[in-house]
Amino acid sequence: MQSARKIRVLIAKPGLDSHDRGAKVVARALRDAGMEVIYTGLRQTPEQIVETALQEDVDVIGLSILSGAHKALFPRIMELLKQKGLTDVMVFAGGIIPEEDIPEMKKLGIKGIFGPGTPTETIIQFMLENVPDRT
Amino acid sequence: MSKTEEIVQGVLAGDRRSIARAITIIENNKAEAPKLIASIYPRAGKAHVIGLTGSGGSGKSTLIEKIVREYRQKGKTVGVVAVDPTSPFTGGAFLGDRIRMQELSTDPGVFIRSMATRNYPGGIAKATKDAVKILDAAGKDIVIVETVGAGQSEVEIIKVAQTVVVIHAPGLGDEIQAIKAGLMEIADIFVVNKADRENADKTVMDIQSIQQLNNKEKAWRTPILKTVALTGEGVPQLIEKLEEHRQFLEKEIEREKSLLRAESELAEALKEKAANTIIEELKKEGKFEELLQKILKREIDPASAAEKLFHRKFKRAANDAET
Repeated sequence: MQSARKIRVLIAKPGLDSHDRGAKVVARALRDAGMEVIYTGLRQTPEQIVETALQEDVDVIGLSILSGAHKALFPRIMELLKQKGLTDVMVFAGGIIPEEDIPEMKKLGIKGIFGPGTPTETIIQFMLENVPDRT
Repeated sequence: MSKTEEIVQGVLAGDRRSIARAITIIENNKAEAPKLIASIYPRAGKAHVIGLTGSGGSGKSTLIEKIVREYRQKGKTVGVVAVDPTSPFTGGAFLGDRIRMQELSTDPGVFIRSMATRNYPGGIAKATKDAVKILDAAGKDIVIVETVGAGQSEVEIIKVAQTVVVIHAPGLGDEIQAIKAGLMEIADIFVVNKADRENADKTVMDIQSIQQLNNKEKAWRTPILKTVALTGEGVPQLIEKLEEHRQFLEKEIEREKSLLRAESELAEALKEKAANTIIEELKKEGKFEELLQKILKREIDPASAAEKLFHRKFKRAANDAET
């Protein structure tokens, strides 16, 4: 019997900050919305994140960063995703990302940016509407 | 070449993206899945498949990370399938086994895949077994399957693993006696992790005393090893035992377990095929809902209904053959 399609999401923490409560809150909310959530743990390099996304064949990557290093790390991550042929994976981000940086991040290909206090329902809704059909 | 054929070629060449895609295909039971498995099956069977089970908090993932590192030192390639439970209420899952293994993610000789049980009734999903076959066919020397050792279903691990390692840690709250009897019997190697804790030796003795209760004559005497996964203490000895068991497997008694595994997989495949075929037919005839109602109204029990449907199908097939 056909399994219903499950959305596989990678929640990753690039960079050196150790604040993962937000990431875990989102991870749990997505799990409660019926998704399969892989959490990398703290202090991931772009290489580790992209390789994990590849092996786990995820549909979505959520990047959580609170250190301010998004301008350095996000372009590297998006570049690596392209290199490895993972251009059909949707990427969203959360944490501390200043308003003025958002347009630049979106230009990189990050589809949604959700700051602190965003209701998890908003994120879930966004994902259900934007998850790519990767078949 | 069709897309599936491309993926098969990629798997056999060890390409990681192809391996990942192949596992997704079989996990979602897509139309290409049977053909994919049929194509790679002949090339599987060379890996040493090790099942690792134990309750949460026993240090499984940390230990696996050390085991993988040790194998890598010896030049072996490793695949890891880490299984976590799907929530029966939401259908979702939190797959966190990678957290302890993330440093291995960029090692090209290691492939880690997290899988949710997706509420498969028996415990070890067909998808898990197929993922193992894929990693095997992709050339991994060792394939490790990690599951949570809670409940009856983890005895199922014998259906996918050649070597079963059961991990326990002292002071977890569940006494040795609480370990399901089945798990005690199927273990090829016992590991008492967190062996730096005070009651570690008592835990070893408890396991020994239960072992002595099982008077069965076994060709392989299940050893009890002590490890401290955090420091890696005891891991080289564990690898030695794993290697020893693998060599033991190449001899006689393993035949029985292999036959059991093959039979179990065949039976599963037959059950699924039979159920799907007969139910589909019934639905096409418009009689499916009716039968479900009869069962709900207790006019017939499910087993008897299955019996009737089965005989009806066989009679039809015989009639069709005659005409």
